[in-house]
Amino acid sequence: MTDAPATPAPARARALSRWGGVLRDVMSRPSGAIGLTLVVFHVVLAIVSPWIVPYDYRAMDATLMLKGPSALHWLGTDHLGRDVLTRTLMGGREALLITGIATPIAVAWGGLLGIWFGLVGGRADEVLMRVVDAFLSLPWILKMLVLIVTFGTGIEVLIPTLAFFYGIPVIRIARAATHDVVARDFVSAARARGHGRITIIRKELLPNVLDALMVEGAMRWSWMLLAFSSLSFLGFGVSPPTPDWGLMIADARGFMSFAPWGVLGPVIALSSLIIGINLTADALAKALGLDRAQKAPV
Amino acid sequence: MLRMLLRRLFLGAVTVVIVSVIIFAGVEILPGDACTAFLEREAQGKLLENCREAQGLNRPPFERYLDWAAGAIQGDFGVSANGAKSIAELVGNRLKNSLLLAACALGVGVPLAIVLGVVTGLWRDKGIDLVLSTGAIFAMTIPEFVSATVLILVFSVWLGWLPGIVLTSASAPAAEFFPEILLPVIVLSMVMTAHILRMVRSSVIEVMAGDYVQMATLKGVPYWRIVFVHALPNALLPAINVVALTVAWLLGGVVVVEVVFNYPGLGRMMIDAISDRDLPVVQAIALIVATVYVGVNLTADLLTMVLNPRLRTHYMRQR
Repeated sequence: MTDAPATPAPARARALSRWGGVLRDVMSRPSGAIGLTLVVFHVVLAIVSPWIVPYDYRAMDATLMLKGPSALHWLGTDHLGRDVLTRTLMGGREALLITGIATPIAVAWGGLLGIWFGLVGGRADEVLMRVVDAFLSLPWILKMLVLIVTFGTGIEVLIPTLAFFYGIPVIRIARAATHDVVARDFVSAARARGHGRITIIRKELLPNVLDALMVEGAMRWSWMLLAFSSLSFLGFGVSPPTPDWGLMIADARGFMSFAPWGVLGPVIALSSLIIGINLTADALAKALGLDRAQKAPV
Repeated sequence: MLRMLLRRLFLGAVTVVIVSVIIFAGVEILPGDACTAFLEREAQGKLLENCREAQGLNRPPFERYLDWAAGAIQGDFGVSANGAKSIAELVGNRLKNSLLLAACALGVGVPLAIVLGVVTGLWRDKGIDLVLSTGAIFAMTIPEFVSATVLILVFSVWLGWLPGIVLTSASAPAAEFFPEILLPVIVLSMVMTAHILRMVRSSVIEVMAGDYVQMATLKGVPYWRIVFVHALPNALLPAINVVALTVAWLLGGVVVVEVVFNYPGLGRMMIDAISDRDLPVVQAIALIVATVYVGVNLTADLLTMVLNPRLRTHYMRQR
C-alpha cells in the first residue's frame, strides 16, 4: 500500500489509471475484446446511422413489397416496401438511447439506497428488504405493462419505468456489497475519527462497492435491453414507424415462411448487441475479481 | 431449527401480504378503475355510478382491500370486469397449462443442466467447456422471442418437423398439447439450462479446489469416487436455489414465449387482461404468481438448510 495522497489530484489520476488497467485487462480477454468491440460498434452505429443509411426509413413503396435481397436493397424490403437494411441499421437507436439513460439512473438510485441501508441497518432496513422482496416476486412484464398501458409508450414513460423497476434489485446487490465492507477496520477507523455517515459513504464505502455496481450495471443494461425489445415485440414499446428490432421482428414474423430476410437482420443485430454487453460484463467481472456465474434470472 | 423454520414461514407470509398491498394500492393509485375501463367512452354520469355501485367500488379502499384479501385466501378472486365470469374458473385452466409447460421445461432443463454443468466444471477451460460455456452465454442472453422466431423458422417453416404454433384450446387435457408444446419447451429449457449450467459449473470448480478434495486426492482416493461421493453432493446444493428462481421465472416471465407460440397459459392471459384493463384479473394473476414465487423460494431455502449439515448446525447454535 502506498501512502495516502496529500492532494485530491493524484488520487483522481490513480483512479483513472486503475480504470485504464481494468480496461486493458478486459481487452486482453477474448470475451472482453469481442464484447466491447460489439458494444462500441453498436453505439457508434446508433449515433451515425441516420447519415449513412441508403434510404429513408419511412419511405414506403407498394411495388417493392416483400422483395428479396437485391443489389438495390441488400437485405430486401418489408411488407410495406421499406428497406430492411436501413431499418436494421437504425433499429437500435431508441433501444440504446432509452436503456442508456435508464441504466445509470437505476444503478445510481438503487446503489445509493442499498449502501445507505446497508450502513444504517435496523428496523427501516428490515422493512425495506421485505418491500424489495415483494417487488421482486412480481413478474417484470406485469409491473411494467400496467404502467405503460396506463401512461402510454412514450420515451418519457419508458425511461422512468425501466429506471425504477431495474433499480430495485440493485438495492440488494449494493446492500450485500456494503455489508462485506462495513465490518472492516477502515470503516471503524473512519467512525472513530468522527466522520459522518455521508462522508463514510463517499470516502470509504462507495469506492469499495463501485466494482460490484459497475458489473451489476452492465448486467442490468443487457436485461433492460431484453425487456425493452420484448416490450416492442409485444407492441408496447416504441410506436411505428420508428424502426426498432423488436417491432421489426414482430412485423416480419407473419411473412417468415416466404420472406425470411425480414427477421434475419434484426435478429442478428439485437442478438449481437446483447451478447456483446454480456461478454463485456463477464470480462469486466473477471478483471475486477468478481464472479458473476452465480447470478440467476430474476 | 423449528424456530428458524417458523421465522422463515413468517417472513414469507409477510412478503406475500406486502405484495398484496402493493398490487391493490398500485391498481388503486393508477388513474381509472374497473368500471371506467369496462364502460370506456360511456363511463360518465349515471352509468358509471351504477357500475361502481354494482362492483362495490364506492366503499373505502381499506374495506375493499380486506374483502379482496379475505376472498383471495379462500381462492375466490371475484368476477372479471367484462364477462362477469368467476376469475378462479378463468385462471384455473390457464394455471394448469402454465404448470404443464413449466414441468416439461424443468424436466428437460434441470437434468441436462446438471450433467453439462458438472462436465464443464470438471473439464474447466478445456475444449468442451469453452464450447458449452459460450453456448450457454448465447442461450441465456438472446431474447426468448428471438430464439423462438429462429426455431420456428428452422424447425417449422424450413424443415417442417414441429408445429410452430399452439392451436389447442385452453381447457383441453394435457395430452392434447403434444407435439405442439415441444418448441416452447425447447425455447424455455434453453434459457433455463444455460443459467443452471453456469451456476453448477462455478460451484463444481469451487468445491473441487477445496481442501478436503485435495486431502482425499493425497490419500489416494480414486478420482471418480472423489467426484461422485465427496464433491458433487456439496456442489449441487446451491443449484436448488437457482432451480427455485427458475421455477418462479417460468410461471411469470414466460409471457413472451406464450405469446409467440399462442400458448394458452397464465402469461398470455395476463397480457390480454392488462390490454383490456381487466383489473380484477390482473390483480388475481399478480397475486398468484407472487405467492408461487415466495413459496418456491421458501421451499428451496428450507431444503438447502435441511440438506446442508453445516447450515443446520450453524442455525441451531445461533438459537
